[in-house]
Amino acid sequence: MFPTPVQKAAPWVRHAYTIILPIALILWLLPLIGVAITSVRPSADLAAGNYFGIPSRFAGIDNYTAVFRDSPIGWYILNSFKVTIPTVIGAVGLACLSGFALAVYKFRANLLIFFLFVAGNFIPFQILMVPVRDMTLRAGLYDSISGLVLFHIAFQTGFCTLFMRNFITSLPFALIESARVEGVSEWRIFRYIVLPLMRPAIAALSVLVFTFIWNDYFWATVLVQGQHAMPVTAGLYSLNGQWIAAWHLVSAGSIVAAMPPVLMFFLMQKHFIAGLTLGATKG
Amino acid sequence: MFSFKAATGLALGYALTMSAAFAGELVINSDQSDPAPKKAMETLLEGFKAAHPEVTIKWNNFDHEGYKSAIRNFLTADAPDVVSWYSGNRMAPFVKAGLFEDVTDLWTENKLDDQLKSAVKSMEIDGKKWGIPYSYYQWGIYYRKDIFEKEGIAPPKNWAELVAACEKIKAAGMTPFAIGTKALWPTGGWFDYLDLRVNGYEFHMDLTAGKVPYTDPKVKAVFEKWAELVKPGYFLENHAAIDWQDAIPQFVQGKAPMYLMGNFAVAAMKDGGLKEEQIGFLQFPEITAGIPMAEDAPTESFHIPSGAKNKEDARKFLAYLATPEAQTKMNEVLGQLPVNNQSAKSNDPFLKAGFDMLANAYALAQFYDRDAPAEMAKVGMEGFQQFMVKPDNVDAILERLEKARGRIYK
Amino acid sequence: MPALSSTHINILSKVAAMSSTVSATSGFWKRNQQRLAPWLFLAPGMIMFSIYVIIPIFQSIWISFYDWDGLGPKTWIGLGNYAELLDDEAFYTSLKNNILWLVLYLLAVPAGLAVALFLNQTVAGIRLYKSLFFFPFVISQVVVGLIFTWFYAPDFGLLSALIKTLTGENVAILADERYVTLGIIAAGLWPQIAYCMILYLTGLNNINPEQVEAARMDGARGWSLLWNIILPQLGPATFIAIVVTVIGALRSFDLVSIMTDGGPYGSSRVLSFYMYEQALSEYGYRMGYGAAIAVVLFMIMMVFITLFIVRMLMRERHA
Repeated sequence: MFPTPVQKAAPWVRHAYTIILPIALILWLLPLIGVAITSVRPSADLAAGNYFGIPSRFAGIDNYTAVFRDSPIGWYILNSFKVTIPTVIGAVGLACLSGFALAVYKFRANLLIFFLFVAGNFIPFQILMVPVRDMTLRAGLYDSISGLVLFHIAFQTGFCTLFMRNFITSLPFALIESARVEGVSEWRIFRYIVLPLMRPAIAALSVLVFTFIWNDYFWATVLVQGQHAMPVTAGLYSLNGQWIAAWHLVSAGSIVAAMPPVLMFFLMQKHFIAGLTLGATKG
Repeated sequence: MFSFKAATGLALGYALTMSAAFAGELVINSDQSDPAPKKAMETLLEGFKAAHPEVTIKWNNFDHEGYKSAIRNFLTADAPDVVSWYSGNRMAPFVKAGLFEDVTDLWTENKLDDQLKSAVKSMEIDGKKWGIPYSYYQWGIYYRKDIFEKEGIAPPKNWAELVAACEKIKAAGMTPFAIGTKALWPTGGWFDYLDLRVNGYEFHMDLTAGKVPYTDPKVKAVFEKWAELVKPGYFLENHAAIDWQDAIPQFVQGKAPMYLMGNFAVAAMKDGGLKEEQIGFLQFPEITAGIPMAEDAPTESFHIPSGAKNKEDARKFLAYLATPEAQTKMNEVLGQLPVNNQSAKSNDPFLKAGFDMLANAYALAQFYDRDAPAEMAKVGMEGFQQFMVKPDNVDAILERLEKARGRIYK
Repeated sequence: MPALSSTHINILSKVAAMSSTVSATSGFWKRNQQRLAPWLFLAPGMIMFSIYVIIPIFQSIWISFYDWDGLGPKTWIGLGNYAELLDDEAFYTSLKNNILWLVLYLLAVPAGLAVALFLNQTVAGIRLYKSLFFFPFVISQVVVGLIFTWFYAPDFGLLSALIKTLTGENVAILADERYVTLGIIAAGLWPQIAYCMILYLTGLNNINPEQVEAARMDGARGWSLLWNIILPQLGPATFIAIVVTVIGALRSFDLVSIMTDGGPYGSSRVLSFYMYEQALSEYGYRMGYGAAIAVVLFMIMMVFITLFIVRMLMRERHA
């Protein structure tokens, strides 16, 4: 194990470590802690210049109710779910199919197509902005949740295919070969043999894509303008324009918007990290 | 278990459900996302519903900033029946692209040339009218009466007095002017007034219409005046980091007792805890003697897109919007001035002062970012902001603006 | 190649039993199934990906040769947009900032390694510590941007308050052209370090303990152990960390848009933001010019994409 476990080190090192650890954490999360405290501060504190002291009283309930009551943030969050969930289903679904094709079959264009997916996944997506927006406009999907969902599915398919293809490659190929010998059709091999084994990959990918899409801001501003379809990231930006100088509300709104992916992360931590670090050990 | 069929079905179903407007429905798109305008719009819609119960209204309210780019898209792709927009040069691109409906008939039928007199010019392009204005407001210097009295400063009437007042305020340990330029546009107010006072209305209009180079000595003269306030530190130091609302506390706390702003700032000043008698209003002082005083007074209006599906009800809506009753009610909520001159006069002292000033104004400008084309306004106000931080770069800035002018006005 | 486990065999026999009852498929399909199947599986994903990703790249390049406002007709101007770029001060500012982003953002890789080494212990509660250290990555960049805007705000921000107590100076980081880009990059580094950290933690978990022990026996300690034994084994983690960091740096848009909107007077612009401003924001609808900026960004990225792909290709050949 590297570095040397503190248990083996001198006692003062051990003690120092246990003291430094929480301090480091607090410093690391300082901006976040500051915002969390601001979100429960009464607005009178801000007006009176009490920015950093202990809040004069706990105003968390007031601030968070104000955020939900006076702004459409609840609606924005609903929109975010309406965008995120279909995207996760669509992108992961498509990637299961294409990942299977690229992992199991040997054909000439295989690597070429694989690298097309990989490269597409790396491009700065600004280069897609003008044509995709124009196409969405002409299809009548501009400023709608469907327009955003369709784009996200397509774009995420690149990353998801890379992920699924690598996962399926690590499954025993003998399984598929023996099934073929038994005369099992290709569709059935996919549906009844490979797909059940892909469950952990599907879980990991779903959590990951959920977070990516929830946190998307760029496409939400490019493809959506009105409140009716705006997800919470873009919504928060526009609310920020109205809440100028009302930092207790901005803070509360930020925390509300960050909640769903944070919950997702803490509940599905194992899958999340497995998904994120795929390849970090074997390349 | 995850099923692929269900997923494709879902995705397809999703793609097919598109928003569609029902016949007989009046679709209104507007950008009243801030609290007061939103309430004013609700008042207007209620009044219209009472007058025309047969019309059902679908109101899409947009975020104020996002609306500016959204409007281009929905005007071409899926036009609503009524849209909010601004008059003057700001509507010219849409009129020229044939995206707005000619509503001259509404004006003649309802004899609006008379009632909406002050806005006739700003609604006219090629001799036709393209919308109905309903509200405008004045710009000027708001100042702390109590502080001025305490320091023995009389409200300045000309440039020399203004500079002297600034000196005195600075000496007393305050910053003369509150301002927040993060959103850029507050710099436009300063440029407008300095140019209107130094060179006059005609020159300002020629400049914003792209007919005069930014490297003209007359433009340079504007910046020389401006530098007299920038260089001694008469503006809040961190203005580029803050928005106009963030500067209000400095005004309220007496750290910066003057503020060149639109009348909407008064509400924020009162919210901050100032009493009405503490706030004074001052017309921007004279600079070049003898130049007639023109003012900034941005006008807000509604228009009918040429692609509208329900133009009949849209015309009813605009006709209602033009009435003195509708404008009175709406502007009471907005805290602004109705355009219709038969509307009831407000008792608010600031609105009264504004009304008197604008009624006697030589001419009305719309504001730099509405008089100049949007792209020029962006480059221009960026330059103004830079000037307010680095006044010595004025030549480089003006050259950059001139280059932009050469490209934008083709 | 992994061997078949008993569960695998179990699944296999079930599926085979099911298939034997329905095997009345047509001859053509049976003969060509192996050849056609991959294309059928690929079709939905490839169609979507082509429509929304591959084709638009070429459309963008095409549009960059036109003067187009997004509404009216397009006018062919050849390399006109690119010629204008060469003479555009704001373009150079953006390019310079992008390079700054690229260089400084890569600090996330060693910083992530440092945090990972710091946390790679087995004391009580360390799992929770790791999660909490990772936590900034999960938060949307919009929220990160707002958090740091508050953190940096003059007068009432935590950081500026600290600077003021330490130096007595009031610094408005986001309004000062000297610091603004650095301030935004620092905000971006926060989640990015967390990401690199988690990659390295996983990598460290999979290090061959025997090799480490053997090296220790040979007297390797501290830096030399890290440099000669540990880092080579962390190769894959480093590769991924660099890839995602480079992509992140070139895509940086959210933080600039949220924290400064490119200001003060355009000094914190990056290419992705400038292209958005030119093509879509209120102040400009120069689709062609915006597309040209995007193409430049794309070219820069292509250098890296090519490097990544060459490396992956070499690995595929080995496997």
